[in-house]
Amino acid sequence: MGTSKLILAIESSCDETSVAVVKNGNEILSNFIATQIDSHQRFGGVVPEVASRHHIEQITLGIDQALKKAAVEPDDLDAVAVTYGPGLVGALLVGVSAAKSFAYAHNLPLIPVNHMAGHIYAARFVKPIVFPSLALLVSGGHTELVYMPAENVFKIIGETRDDAAGEAYDKIGRVLGMKYPAGKNIDELAHQGHDTFNFPRAMEHDDNFDFSFSGLKSAFINTVHHADQIGEELDRKDLAASFQQSVVDVIVSKTKRACEQLDIKQLILAGGVAANQGLRETLDSMIKKDLPELDFVKAPLKLCGDNGAMIGAAGYVAMQHGESADLTLNADPSLEFDWEPDAVR
Amino acid sequence: MKILAFDTSNVALSVAVLDNEHLLATQTTNIKRNHSSQLMPIIDQTIKTSGLDINDIDRIVVAEGPGSYTGLRIAVTTAKTLAYAVNAELIGVSSLALLAQNDTQDGIVAPFFNARQGNVFAGIYEKKGSKLTTLVEDQHISFEDLLNHINQIGKPVNFITTDFEDFRESIENTLVVPSSHLDGWNALPNAYFLGLMGLKKNELENVYTAVPQYLRVTEAERNWKDQHPNDVRSGSYVRQID
Repeated sequence: MGTSKLILAIESSCDETSVAVVKNGNEILSNFIATQIDSHQRFGGVVPEVASRHHIEQITLGIDQALKKAAVEPDDLDAVAVTYGPGLVGALLVGVSAAKSFAYAHNLPLIPVNHMAGHIYAARFVKPIVFPSLALLVSGGHTELVYMPAENVFKIIGETRDDAAGEAYDKIGRVLGMKYPAGKNIDELAHQGHDTFNFPRAMEHDDNFDFSFSGLKSAFINTVHHADQIGEELDRKDLAASFQQSVVDVIVSKTKRACEQLDIKQLILAGGVAANQGLRETLDSMIKKDLPELDFVKAPLKLCGDNGAMIGAAGYVAMQHGESADLTLNADPSLEFDWEPDAVR
Repeated sequence: MKILAFDTSNVALSVAVLDNEHLLATQTTNIKRNHSSQLMPIIDQTIKTSGLDINDIDRIVVAEGPGSYTGLRIAVTTAKTLAYAVNAELIGVSSLALLAQNDTQDGIVAPFFNARQGNVFAGIYEKKGSKLTTLVEDQHISFEDLLNHINQIGKPVNFITTDFEDFRESIENTLVVPSSHLDGWNALPNAYFLGLMGLKKNELENVYTAVPQYLRVTEAERNWKDQHPNDVRSGSYVRQID
């Protein structure tokens, strides 16, 4: 195998059990993903205890399938990487316990990986990351701008102060009677409508890179409830389009300002909501128009959701920087990158 | 046969390594520390103290529940992954049956854990030597119903629990048969006994499908089933997408 490095990577932070084998941090040999969406759809959202129980049903099978599909023997591996946070603690613990056990049994180094670093490194399967870089991370649990001055250095320069963008999508989806998760549905509906409601764009012009989506969510819900009360029928396509436009406008304008103020070479879009077509298209056209020199990398659609491959990519970089954990590794459900809100002033 | 046995189903954590019936090393802790951080290091120490390597282990025995859901998942995930990785046999044993082994005398034994709101995880066993017969299956049950079961059996009972004081009054008011109890140190799980139980058991668990014996569906699923009595799904709610 020469100098090539093979990592077995395990992800179980929310409602997907995933195990991948990744070569040199940029080549996916296998990426087993078992999704629990059908289960949590029953409850209108992820139920942590149910999620934890599903993970333990899948985890050993996932390891075995990932190795077999990659045609890799445990002896060929160089390390085991695992998501240890942020996420649901009971869910994380299944991945962490399995990773420690497997690494111990095969005498392999254990690499702890921040789930958000994983999302960013999904972009590594498109092309190398060039520093300094900025990542826009948008998911059901997070909306944040992460500045990366150098490899393996992550600084949050702005994040949501209340709901994550994906969370707001799910909540208004419920009001529209959509199944969980509602993001894809709303995105599709939005493409057929127009921004006629002109919902608020919170914090758009504030002198920081933070976001807020709870006011928008409330404005949306009030509009729908008020119409219900007076027996007025609102156009669902226009509602979806107006909501999405408000989310996208704020995210894109803040991201643009951050790109301009930081001397970055590359912008990375990642996280579950990075699959949103409205967001992808608007960022594309903004960059083409205003920041034509900037290299814009979107995480591949298949790797926007939670998966082990992205953990393997981030784990490879962490390993190159000498990071490892011992057998006391624990889950850290509220793990986050360092804050550096003043990076751009 | 070299055996690794462990239990993290409650506050205590107990690990043992056996060579057939012979104890090589054991360690039990009873501190409110995180099992996730403690279990693997203690397994490693216990195996090393025994002069063995994890790859020498032929059979892994785990206390599969009932107990703390998180504790059970740490133990069962560790057990099934280790068994898979070193190609060892996997055996699951009831956490309550394990506690019943602490009783040194023959008779009726009722090990239980406090499950809050007047409920317990409990089973009722009859002990003759090291042989246990199940009289009432392990279950999540109100403490009152447990006492009714014991009254029906009509023989003296020995409770084994670290939560005895929470239920003393209830026992004094409701129980009509004579009772005694083991608590404190005597009610902690002993992984050596777990190893012995696992040595005698012949039903192997499948390392892929093994899950804890929670003995209780989640509240969300219970409510959902109440609201959707006719919605029966064949197979798993989990789908492999890649």
